[in-house]
Amino acid sequence: MSDFEPRIVAFVCNWCTYAGADLTGTSRIKYASNVRIVRFPCTGRIDYMLLLKAFDEGADGVIVSGCHPNDCHYTSGNFHARRRWIMFRELCDLMGIDINRIQFSWVSAAEGSKWADVVNTTVTKIRELGPYTEYKKVANWPVKEVING
Amino acid sequence: MDELRNKVKALLEAKTVNVVIGYEEGTGKKPRALFALKPEDSAKLIYDSRCVLNLAAYITKHEVKAKGKMAITATLPVMRSIIQLASEFQVNDNNLLVIGLTPDNQVIEFKNLAEVETFIHKFEISIDSKYKEALEKLDKMSRTDRWNWWINELAPCFKCYACRAACPMCYCHRCTVDFNQPQWIPVPSHELGNLEWHIMRAVHLTGRCIDCDACANACPLGIPINLLNKRLLEDAKKHFGGYQPMLKGDHMMSTYKPDDKENFIR
Repeated sequence: MSDFEPRIVAFVCNWCTYAGADLTGTSRIKYASNVRIVRFPCTGRIDYMLLLKAFDEGADGVIVSGCHPNDCHYTSGNFHARRRWIMFRELCDLMGIDINRIQFSWVSAAEGSKWADVVNTTVTKIRELGPYTEYKKVANWPVKEVING
Repeated sequence: MDELRNKVKALLEAKTVNVVIGYEEGTGKKPRALFALKPEDSAKLIYDSRCVLNLAAYITKHEVKAKGKMAITATLPVMRSIIQLASEFQVNDNNLLVIGLTPDNQVIEFKNLAEVETFIHKFEISIDSKYKEALEKLDKMSRTDRWNWWINELAPCFKCYACRAACPMCYCHRCTVDFNQPQWIPVPSHELGNLEWHIMRAVHLTGRCIDCDACANACPLGIPINLLNKRLLEDAKKHFGGYQPMLKGDHMMSTYKPDDKENFIR
């Protein structure tokens, strides 16, 4: 298990966390390279289906991050997103999806070091949890290749 | 029963409405929907405890809408669905008349939807103890057991979408599952698509489901899919103080409070 490198997909908002992650880079803070960042206009745009699709495609963990409450570029996108996450998380828990593999966070454009910390702690956590074999077992099925071409 | 039939007959004779949606005897002792167009059709009307079909699912169908003004015999869950649909601008006073069948077996002809709203607000949406126990049992399982339980329960699902057809809230002309570019949810009967479809259905009904159990009753395989909706109803109560269908005001999921509480965001 020691050579297991988790694959993590981060869904981030353009205005805060993406800029924050940029700052982490320009500040030359080193952090785990396991994360693939996907940029969205707003956390309100991050659909729960995208999280499921990330797991389908073999992610072991997911980070969802955006502006702090009251800082949303579109004034209320993150508030709406928060309500949705609260409900979605409960549903995932009921269905037995590992909610420890989904990390939600608020990272502002000025919090370069917080982004590094969020990624590093998530990677450590996922490394302890191991590969998400349960979901992969369900997601890897013969027809998938046919559909995806 | 006669009271209901006479009311419907009078409505159709006076041409107040063009069609009345009610229940009639179907095959296999299962009541089905009746669309009464002529006064004599009212004789076919029935109402008893077997009538669990949510008739509100028909009022958004264009074939029914094309008939013009309609009346509907509505039990409490159906009335709730109607108010939810009205709040989503799917029906209004001009095209719908509600004949309420109350829990204490009274027949009330409501003058308008506002009266229906006042009536339904007398009753809180509460989950049957049978389902509460089932949910508690699931909670006590370990996460992996829960996962396996659902994969197993959902395994027979071949996505006939009977649950979608029976649900009055699933009225989109094109559902996400009908799109194939991209194909969000794989259509074959397989664990992955089944899981994703049922998650999607539950999420889309969050804050809108009024707990009528029509989905579970419609399922030809008897999958307890309504458990998901019931859990979300409980959670809505826990996190946001619950909801009731309302003609005016914001829906639970289309609004927010700046101080919504959670404990999982870093």
